Amino acid sequence: MIGSLAIPPLFGLLITEPVSVAHYLVVGAIMFTAGVACMATKRNALGVLMGIELVLNGANVNFVAFASPYLAGEGARSLGLDGQAIAVFVIVLAAAEAAVALAITLNFYNNHATVDVDRADDLKG
Amino acid sequence: MTPTLAGLPLTAVVPPLAAINWHSFFFLLFASIACGFAVAVVTATNVVRMALYLVLSLAATAGLFLLAGAEFVGAMQLMIYVGGTLVLLVFGVMLTAQAPFVSIATSGGDRVLAGVVGAALLGALLMAGLSVPAWRAPASGKLAEPAATPLGMALVGVRVDEPAANAPEKAVRPGYLLPFEIISIHLLVVLVGAAYLARAKRRKTPRAIDVAASVEPPASVAEHAAIGRGPAGAGSVLAGGPALTGGPR
Amino acid sequence: MVDFLTSLGLSGLLAWTIAAIVSAVLVLNVIAGGALAFIWAERKVSARIQDRLGPTRTGGRFGWLQSVADGIKLLAKEDLMPEGADGLLFRLAPYVSFCASFCAFIALPFAFDVVGQRLNVAVFFVVAVLGLEVFGVILAGYASASKWSLFGAMREAAQVVSYEVPLGMCVVVPVMLAGSMDMVTIGEKQAGWFWNWYLFHDPFTFVVFWVYVTCAVASVNRAPFDLAEAESELVAGFHTEYSGLRWSYFFMAEYGSMFLVSAMAAVLFLGGWNGPIPVATLVGLSEGTGDTAPYLVRLLGLANLIGKASLGVIIMMWIRWTLPRLRIDQVMTTCLKYCTPIAAVMFAGAMLWQIILPGGLMPGVGRPGGEIREGWLEGPGGRAAVKPVAEGEKVARATREATP
Repeated sequence: MIGSLAIPPLFGLLITEPVSVAHYLVVGAIMFTAGVACMATKRNALGVLMGIELVLNGANVNFVAFASPYLAGEGARSLGLDGQAIAVFVIVLAAAEAAVALAITLNFYNNHATVDVDRADDLKG
Repeated sequence: MTPTLAGLPLTAVVPPLAAINWHSFFFLLFASIACGFAVAVVTATNVVRMALYLVLSLAATAGLFLLAGAEFVGAMQLMIYVGGTLVLLVFGVMLTAQAPFVSIATSGGDRVLAGVVGAALLGALLMAGLSVPAWRAPASGKLAEPAATPLGMALVGVRVDEPAANAPEKAVRPGYLLPFEIISIHLLVVLVGAAYLARAKRRKTPRAIDVAASVEPPASVAEHAAIGRGPAGAGSVLAGGPALTGGPR
Repeated sequence: MVDFLTSLGLSGLLAWTIAAIVSAVLVLNVIAGGALAFIWAERKVSARIQDRLGPTRTGGRFGWLQSVADGIKLLAKEDLMPEGADGLLFRLAPYVSFCASFCAFIALPFAFDVVGQRLNVAVFFVVAVLGLEVFGVILAGYASASKWSLFGAMREAAQVVSYEVPLGMCVVVPVMLAGSMDMVTIGEKQAGWFWNWYLFHDPFTFVVFWVYVTCAVASVNRAPFDLAEAESELVAGFHTEYSGLRWSYFFMAEYGSMFLVSAMAAVLFLGGWNGPIPVATLVGLSEGTGDTAPYLVRLLGLANLIGKASLGVIIMMWIRWTLPRLRIDQVMTTCLKYCTPIAAVMFAGAMLWQIILPGGLMPGVGRPGGEIREGWLEGPGGRAAVKPVAEGEKVARATREATP
């Protein structure tokens, strides 16, 4: 499965062979995982927000990869315009969600003098 | 006798110039920038540097979109994501800057747990992504028609793009008018909501940050973190600034 | 250019590399040479407006070499960095600003098909990349570890990002009139006499042009919107701590952006590389065969565009030295209470004008009405084809696509 990306002639193969959808999926997976790790580990609320942006971007990379007729193999079908439309909607919604999350963070900062999410425990038992 | 490097012919590791597929070269360049800086966001400790790395990662992603033939989505990523959302984020970082002596690092145990979960998730995603043979076929190199007008027409409800090569004859190709209208109203609601949440409120008791600022005077001018907390700080200069930039674009 | 080089016998890769390097060097020279000329022009224009002479010594009676002298002085200055500054970000910021300004020139056409890379989303790309310049400013302001720099950077970021909204709406009107975001197409559609320019297309576009001028001046932080570098208030705003060559990068980025928005205004509203009088058509050059005739036509177009853009820059300088500076709340009011609603209403008006009077006030003179705008019905390539198609056929094809 992973054999086609075997380590030793990796560099040479990557540059001479045309890329496929799978290459983009790998990039999307790495960005998605980095975003999840960011959301899980950061104590700064803005760091968590950056993780969310990375997650949405990873998903967008996947959508664009599936939508591209250039990347699809011979005789394979791509999502075409549908994938690009979904990517456009994701970008718009991510911007909207970042605005609201930032407003919430600013309010939290004004009330608690910190952006440490571990200190958001007013409702704790 | 062809030269070898660790048992493999040299040309496999360092290919001759004529054999380079330039699309793959640029894909590798942009992909390594995007993934490298995404990982850097996770490992960095300074919030401003994290924001910078995120900007670079998302800009490289725009390059990846352009390489895949999605010109409109790539330009949109640059304009809205990088030019709008990330400016918003950097504003937020500046407005909530903390003094450096407040340590806000994660504990070791949490990091190990996150590492394990992250590795498992990455493994699962890679296995899923590389399992379908149709997705590993090399690129066919078919150029797409320019997507700006078909996308615009689709958002009005009329599909004018060519159907995919081997789509079923009677495949339904829906327009995107309803999602377009829903998103327009959504953006309006978000604009109003964010502006309301971030408004400057009339207070009877002082804000927690003003109390904190009066109790601990900033150490020196070089503590640029203290600038964000000062009473004449950037927050009052920009009354409602950040909330306005997240609106319809 | 690539075909020419491969016909000379160079390999494909070398031809592409040389073509890319030549294009990049040309654009760089436009920015740098333009900055040189505009610095001198600024000093002369500001001097005359203030009833004095300006540079009259360096290089003869008109001070031609003043810019060169300035450049030498800047190169020889000591390279400083404040003590608490973030080293990496401090050094990176001027390059980020300059790169954003430079990249936008890739999609700007200087004559018909004389363009770095012909994109079919050129207008969108230029507006998107212009918005990235603000990152250099924010980085500079933050990394300088100085109150004044941070204030200036924040103000400028808020201003640029807010003015992107009316700027986008203003820019959409010529795109709607031409039917394509490709700037080569938009310029091509305004060929002929000056009444073909989109400025004179309808009154709504005329008003939109002036709103665009306001937003463009605000976007590049020129007076009266220059609080970010407000010399009398913030020392020098976000580039207070920068000196010597680093400062000159910011300066070049600013003049590059000024030239860019002026050139955009020229292409979108003022006919681009088509002069007010179509000299090439009248003289008969545009029908000429062979190599020299098209070359001369393009040279003429190039001169036209650079002339119009330079005129725009000089008008910006004129405005700078005439009007007082606006406060930040006045800047925001102008953007949100004046520019945005006016741009929106004018956009709606231009759209209605297109629907009700597609052929203009005098149909038969100038543009034909009811044409297919972009070549998407012909397939990939996107070169605009002016092909009259009956309205009924268009609707029939659209309904056939929509129903399964």
